[in-house]
This record gives sequence, structure tokens and C-alpha cells, in this order.
Amino acid sequence: MSKTALIVDDSTSMRQMVGFTLKGAGFTVLEGGNGKEALSALDTAPGGTVDLIITDLNMPVMDGITFIREARRLAALRFTPILMLTTESQDAMKMQGKAAGATGWIVKPFNPEQLLKVVAKVAP
Amino acid sequence: MNVDMTMFHQAFFDEAADLLADLERNLLRLEESPEDAELLNTIFRCAHSIKGGSSTFGFTEIAHFTHGLETLLDRLRNGQIEVSRPLAQLLLESQDHLKALLDAARGVEASAPDSAPLIARIEAAIAGNGATGAETLANADHAGVTAERGPHGAGRRRLRLDFAPGAHVLQKGSDPLRLVGQFLDQVTQISVSCDASRLPALAEMNPEICYLTWQIEFQTGNEVAELLDVFEFVADESEIAVAPLEESEDPAPAPISSSDPAAGPVALKPASAPAAGRSEPSGKAETQTLRVSTDKVDKLINLVGELVINQSMLNEVVQNFTMARLPRLVEAVGEMERASRELQERVMAVRMLPIKHAFGRFPRLVHDLAAACGKQIELKMTGEETELDKTVIEMVADPLTHLVRNSIDHGLEIPPERVAAGKPEVGTISLNAFHEGGSIVIEVSDDGRGLNREGILKKAIERGLLSESDPAPSEESVYNYIFQPGFSTASVVTDLSGRGVGMDIVRKAVQSLGGSIALTSAAGKGTRFRIRLPLTMAILEGLSLSVGEEVYILPLTSIVESVRPKPGDVRRVAGQAEVAIVRGDVLPILRLYEVFGARPKITDPARALLVIVATESKKVALLVDELIGQSQIVIKSLETNYRKVEGIAGATILGDGRVALIVDVPGLIRGANMGRARVAA
Repeated sequence: MSKTALIVDDSTSMRQMVGFTLKGAGFTVLEGGNGKEALSALDTAPGGTVDLIITDLNMPVMDGITFIREARRLAALRFTPILMLTTESQDAMKMQGKAAGATGWIVKPFNPEQLLKVVAKVAP
Repeated sequence: MNVDMTMFHQAFFDEAADLLADLERNLLRLEESPEDAELLNTIFRCAHSIKGGSSTFGFTEIAHFTHGLETLLDRLRNGQIEVSRPLAQLLLESQDHLKALLDAARGVEASAPDSAPLIARIEAAIAGNGATGAETLANADHAGVTAERGPHGAGRRRLRLDFAPGAHVLQKGSDPLRLVGQFLDQVTQISVSCDASRLPALAEMNPEICYLTWQIEFQTGNEVAELLDVFEFVADESEIAVAPLEESEDPAPAPISSSDPAAGPVALKPASAPAAGRSEPSGKAETQTLRVSTDKVDKLINLVGELVINQSMLNEVVQNFTMARLPRLVEAVGEMERASRELQERVMAVRMLPIKHAFGRFPRLVHDLAAACGKQIELKMTGEETELDKTVIEMVADPLTHLVRNSIDHGLEIPPERVAAGKPEVGTISLNAFHEGGSIVIEVSDDGRGLNREGILKKAIERGLLSESDPAPSEESVYNYIFQPGFSTASVVTDLSGRGVGMDIVRKAVQSLGGSIALTSAAGKGTRFRIRLPLTMAILEGLSLSVGEEVYILPLTSIVESVRPKPGDVRRVAGQAEVAIVRGDVLPILRLYEVFGARPKITDPARALLVIVATESKKVALLVDELIGQSQIVIKSLETNYRKVEGIAGATILGDGRVALIVDVPGLIRGANMGRARVAA
């Protein structure tokens, strides 16, 4: 059975890059342009769950921290690995994200190899 | 995994352009509402996103510059720095600079401008406001987490790891067992034991809490810090300790490979990227992309589905056809027709973008120009959501800019002059877009001083466009002189308060899009330009008509009416051309067969048909044999297949396979004006 990843980022190019990389690694990819879109994308996922979530933090409408908190409230996502996309200047955000329930983080900028390395740490 | 990152560049450029437009719009609002926290957040987010993208896709120059900008914006939104006018100016300049950097990265501009002076000013702005000067921006490219490195070349050591995961790691999506497995993958395992002594009785156990700890004895030649990288995400809440094993003489105990506790995690094996599939991934290759809302795509897919169903229906009917099934066939064909027409409309809609893409540049333009000429201007924009063909939007932006610039430069008065004229100090420029019939109308209007009618008249007489003995031309036609090529010269600029500079170029641009432009003006009240554009450039609603054996197409938008004249309605003005009197208007008659050198069936105007066509400034009556009917015409360019022919806008292929020429009405009338010379090829 194929693995599914949900990518949440308001940047299309970022979604494309992460999505492309994950597809190469055998994931089926769902996308959302912000937390709210991501939550509705989850409704379309089989069983309302995915195997991995990668989310940006700074987003309009619903930011990443709120999204992580909302996602963790859903029974289907209680143990799903959630990775945050952060920048080196966002240590405080990293802590907030962890507190909200994030599993780990990827520091921008990253290339596909680095991304897959981090993904391998958390995703089955 | 070798991914060619250039394949994402176009998407990055597209979204960076959007972000920059957002940035600009919000920066312009910043001066008015410097306290708006949401606004500051949005501005920060724009810069932040550009930085993230540019660093990811390898545009270090942009990333470096944006990093400084982001730091400044962060201070702004945290209230550490207050918004001031010079600061707002600096931010706008930074936005311009970013745009230039992006243009250079795209290859639109040859070289990138130097960022150093602006970076220095940004740093000064950051440092000058109580922030710790210690934090420099110099190491912007510094990548986040770097593990400490021990002394190199430690050789193969025997070590012991104690790993007690935090109680709540499971709830954060981490799997300790998995991490242990990953750790073991990197080392030579000696022994692994799991301590379950803290596990409570089943009734008391919370399955979401981690009670287990691990002890791992292992051998490795690698850096410990590197090995522990797998625990990065749980390190904060877990206890992780590595200590050397007491030296035993046992040189190398056989690895206990059978008892793999993690059931062998499978390393992700990414398929190599299909980078070779792309022809020119150099990033410089300017492929035009179009972002389409998923909504539109969904509708298309839906329709294609319908079409497929229709087709199979048709197949079924045709295969077992008997005359009894004719109604069924007619119905199926009807369905097919409906679906394909709708598909055509939807596909056209894919190319449609809201006109705000063209309007977007004006707030900044007005802001800058107003400051430069000491005027106060309010810009009002309505109908920004009106959709228009992408090409049209791109090509209409320049003429629009020209009109707005003219309005600011010459139309609007300076505040004292306005007050003296009893008008509010703040002048208004309005951009308004809306649908009207089958076309889009864009209006550019100002409440300035209006055009100088006398000045234009004088100039027109000077240039011989009009003779003094002529009856006074109508208001409208006077103003239309400003569209004459070369009509405005430097002297006119002052004489006519500058209106009309390059107006012929504006008109040409609009006409090349199949549109028309007209204007109205009232002294002391203002001027309004009205640009009418076709919805799309590829399809037109046309009226086909016959002249002899030939079929010509007239764009429906240019047709006023068609009449069969009474014998008395057609006259020959002494020594001059033929005219027809239609509803009191005296219209010149243009015999289409003469113009195009065709052989007509009918030459007597009283038996032929007159089709009245109009441009914004002129009406003429075209003499044709008869009308065939109205239909949607797919325009094929004559220029790309043959050469440009004056008076012909293009060609199309008729249902029976014949080629019909599409008449370019403005071109035809222009040609007719030039002493009724033949305009045919």
C-alpha cells in the first residue's frame, strides 16, 4: 500500500519541490496552501489520515502552529509524524511547534537529499 | 537523489512576482496605517516566503538580501522599530531592488544590481533602533543545526548508549523503537536490551505514554554526535547518554544480528529524478506558464468526461443505424455540440485572468508620480476581478500606464489650482473595468482640467487635418485628433497641457488587440478614456457575408446594422464618393468587391445590402451581396501563414472547408480615408 504525505505550504514552488521529492520516494502527495486547506485535504485522504505531514509555519489564514495543534486533536493523526519547515532564525517557532505536537523539523534551505534524510528519521 | 532544481524555478519566479506585488501593495498601505499588526505580519510573511524560496532554489544573492530585510521587518512587527516615512521609503526601495534581483535571476535583466548599499542601510535601520548590534547579518547563509565534532580519527571504539525517551514522544509522532533501529543501522551492534521495569500494570497503563528505556552496547568508528543525529527530534525531552564500555580483551564479539529490535527499517530508496525528460532546464528558457484555479480545471475534466460519454453514445447510434433511430442520432449530435461548445468556452476561460494583474502596478505608480509632481491623488479601482485573456492583459498594461501617467502629469492640476477652481485638493484617477456586450471596457478617467479643445482645433488646422472653412467639427471628433500620429509635438505638450503624447501609439496598441479607444472630456471637469477590448483573441463572434463567390467575415462587434437601401437613399455627392443616407446619417459607401478586387453578383446598391460598420470615430456602409449568417470564428493568423494584408485581420476555415477572410474594419476605414485608395493586396 502506498504511503501518503500531506504538504502544507503557501508557496507553490516549495510544495512542488517537496512534493516531487516525496513522490520520488514513493509517497502519494496531498497538498494544502495553509492549515485550513490542509485540514480539508485530510478529509479526502483514505481513513482521514496520512503517513507523514510536512508543514510550513508562516502561512496566511491558518498558520503552521495552529494547524499542528488542530491536527493532533484528530484521533486519526495522534501519532502521525509531523515535520515543520523552519528557518535557522526561528528557534522560538521550533519550540512552539514542538509544544503544539510537531515531531521534528527541517531547516530551510534544504535540498531533496536532506529532506529525504529527515523524512527517513520519522516516517515508516 | 539528483533533482534538477531548475525545474521548480518558473514556479518560484511566478510566486515571487506575486509576493512582490503583495509586498508592494501592503507597503503602500503601511504609511497610512503604521500600527496595523496584521499588515506588518503580512509584509513580514511576504519577505519570509521569498527568502525561503530563494535559498531553497539556490538564489543566494536574493536570499542574502531578503534575510536582512526580513530581520528588519521582524523588528517592525515586534514593535522594536517604529514605522517612519524614511523607513517606508527604504522598504519600498528594497522591494524594487528585490524585483531587479529577481529579474536578473530570471535572465530578463543582464546583470543584478549591487545589493551592498541597501543592505548597509537596512543594517543601519536595524542597528539604529535599540536592537543589539551584535547580531549581524553577515552569516546569513549559515545553516542551522551543526553538530559538535569531537577530535577526529577516534578509531573503532566500544560504547554504550542509554536512551530513555521522553514520556510524551509518542504523542508527538515519534517512534522510539524506530529510532533505536535507525541508530543500530549505523553501528556494529554488540547487545541491545530494553528495560520495561517502569511499565505499570495493564489497568493503569496509558498506551500513549512511553515507559520503556534502552541500553545498547555497540562498536563504531564514527563520530558519536553524528550517530546521535537520529535522536535530534526527541533529544530535548529524552535522556540520551553515551559512555565508553569498560575495556575487555574480547577483540570483536560476534554481532548479535538475529535479534534486530526494529524489524529492519527500510531505507527510503528514491527513484532518480527524471530530469533528463526536460528539454531546456537551464532556467533561462522563458517558458510561459499560466496558473489556473483548480476550480476551472475540475470543470474542464468534468466536461471532457461528458464528451467521452457523448462520443460513445454517438458510436452506439451510428453502428446500428436505421432510419428509425434518426431522432436518437440528432439528439446525440446535439448533446455533443453542446458539450463541445461548453468545452470551448471553458478552455478559453483557462486563459482568462482577472484584470487586477494589469491594475496591480498602478497604486505604486500613482504614489510615486504624485510625490514627484507635488500633487495629491487618490486612485480608485473598480472591476478588478473582470476577467480578460492573459495576452490581452499583458499587452494592455503599457497603454494603460501611458494613459494614467498622462492623467497625472497633465490632466490633474496642482492643489492650489484645484482649490482655485473650487475642486477638492485631492485629485482622483479612476480605473474601471467591466463587461459590455461581448467585450471588455476599461475606463481611465481623471477629474482634472480636461482637454484644451481650442488648442487641438488650432493644431489640427495647422497640420492640415482640417480646414478653417470646414464646419465646426463635433466635440468628439475634435478630441479624436489627438490620436493622429505625430499630432503632439513638444510645443503641443505645453499648448495642450500635454495631452496626446504618444496617443497614436496607445491607439495602435489597443487596435492591435482588436480593440478600440475613444475619449470624452469636459473643460475643468476631467477626461475619460474608454478602451474596448475583445474578450479573447482567438475566437470571435462574426457575421459571414458573400461577395460573388467569396465569403468574408465581419467581427460582430463592429457591425451596427444592415439595411437594404431604397433607391433614393443612395446618392453620389458631386464629384465625390457615393453616400447612403441611413436614419438621417450620411455614410460613405464602400463597395467591398472594389476594395478586395472580387467579382460581385450585385453592383446596384439598391439591390445589394449595406452593412453599417463603425469604429469609435467613424461609420461607413459596406456594400455586399448578401448575409450568410452569424457564427463563432476561430481566427487563424494570415501573417504567420502568408503576410500582413491591410484591411484583413486574419482568416478562418469555414464548415465546408473553404477559407474566408476576416475583415479588419478599422483598417478598412483607414484605407478608405486615404483617398479611397484600394487597400487590397
